[in-house]
Amino acid sequence: MAGRWKDDSILPGFGLSMGYTLLYLSLIVLFPLAGVLLRSLELSWREFWEIVTSPRVVAAYRVSIGSALFAAMANVCIGLLVAWVLVRYRFFGKRFVDGLIDLPFALPTAVAGISLTTIYAKTGIVGGILDSLGIKAAFSQLGIVIALVFIGLPFVVRTVQPVLQELDPEVEEAAASLGAGRWRIFSRVIFPELVPALLTGFALAFARGIGEYGSVVFISGNMPMKTEIAPLLIMIRLEQYDYAGATAIALVMMLLSFVMLLLINLLQWKFSRRFQV
Amino acid sequence: MHPTETAPPPVRLTEAAHRTEAPWVRGLLILLTLFLLVLILILPLVTVYYEAFKNGVRVYLDAIRHPDALAAVRLTLTVAAIAVPLNTLFGLAAAWAITKFRFRGKHVLVTLIDLPFAISPVISGLIFVLLFGAHGLFGPWLAAHGIRVIFALPGIVLATVFITVPFVARELIPVMQALGNQEEEAAASMGAGGWRIFWKVTLPNIKWGLLYGIILCNARAMGEFGAVSVVSGHIRGQTNTMPLHIEILYNEYQFTASFAVSSLLVLLALLTLAVKGVVEWQQRKAEANGGQSA
Repeated sequence: MAGRWKDDSILPGFGLSMGYTLLYLSLIVLFPLAGVLLRSLELSWREFWEIVTSPRVVAAYRVSIGSALFAAMANVCIGLLVAWVLVRYRFFGKRFVDGLIDLPFALPTAVAGISLTTIYAKTGIVGGILDSLGIKAAFSQLGIVIALVFIGLPFVVRTVQPVLQELDPEVEEAAASLGAGRWRIFSRVIFPELVPALLTGFALAFARGIGEYGSVVFISGNMPMKTEIAPLLIMIRLEQYDYAGATAIALVMMLLSFVMLLLINLLQWKFSRRFQV
Repeated sequence: MHPTETAPPPVRLTEAAHRTEAPWVRGLLILLTLFLLVLILILPLVTVYYEAFKNGVRVYLDAIRHPDALAAVRLTLTVAAIAVPLNTLFGLAAAWAITKFRFRGKHVLVTLIDLPFAISPVISGLIFVLLFGAHGLFGPWLAAHGIRVIFALPGIVLATVFITVPFVARELIPVMQALGNQEEEAAASMGAGGWRIFWKVTLPNIKWGLLYGIILCNARAMGEFGAVSVVSGHIRGQTNTMPLHIEILYNEYQFTASFAVSSLLVLLALLTLAVKGVVEWQQRKAEANGGQSA
């Protein structure tokens, strides 16, 4: 049937399912992406460079990437703690808490955005407390980080949880029988096993964070040069009918996204058995 | 995972002293976790309902029954009704091709399916503006034939379909991989055709995973904001989906109305999580039964 690139199988439907998959993916994803790359060729290298190195654009990249980095680091710490408690301890309401972790996946980003803004504005519950301490949460870069922590949390928890669940208890028991204390066992035996999962979770949260728009635009205040994120700047350029500007800013971000996607896939192929066939 | 293997007795986490922390450490970590999750996850949920009902049920109902709000709900339902079936069909085809056969380039294909996840929603919208907008690649041709894609329903549907391509496929691939091919191969060797195998063997095994994939895809389709925002043009009562309507109300300082419409989408999110809970419970049950019958 098919050529040498495919092993023989008794199961039917390869041509149909593969053909449909490739056709659909091409029409919806690949051709549109190729079209954009084609259009970006209309930009000369100099124009492109001038746009993406203009101070406002550079500032927007810095805000997006910096906030996403901070948020992903916070997510690694919080995510590790949450995953640990959910896997290792028993307490009342654990199932409920575990189910709730996926909320940021299911909640529309605009809803998260206006809700977080209300909470962290000066007049909000948490914003008020922070304000009395002299910390401005909403309408500052801290606000952006808060929104991205919300968005990114499930990525770290859901990549660390299964690894923690499948850790071999015998290794820990061996370490304990040799007289190692709990902290030593955690830092020397358990933590190294979790590093790949933590890295994957970090990369996923970071990748999501640099592109995130809906949850951020409400809480960030959108001050050019200070709290303006790159996706918003694309939006602004589009509203000004500056298609070249929007395309150039987007190209750099897409490049960054593809590098992250590649990295994440490398991490996953290396460390997970999910796609081992 | 493999029902045919002789299952070992279920491993309970031994809570022997050497494998867990001192009680005060445990208590402290649990409390810290609960505090953080209340702060990060529960507080935003409660805030939506608090703000929505702050001025009474009447104001809440008025906000939801406003013609613009109803038009937004209708548009959101229409978009999801087109996008979700398309991506469900795709997810089934892709998962079948990827998990039932061995071929070269599988990793590349899986990565390509994930591509829309990696791209910022705003850029996903931009892609379709650059293709079908007034100044887009096909813009002049579309204008000459009187077809509107951008700032109209087709653009919103396209952007939503693009964003939600991976959801069903991503839920199904691990599930079908874990199930293996033995049952299907047995059916095929007894002469069952492709459709029969799919309906009688595969579908019953993956129905819960499929259901979760569909409902997650639906939640994202109804809640998508960035991509739709770029292609919609924000025409009230015509091209405003629910998330866009929420944004407009919020920017007009109609906070109560904005949170009232939000509360509907929160309900959808909670329903999605509830279905996930049921799906996982069913899977655990199936695994336990598989283990016993082996």
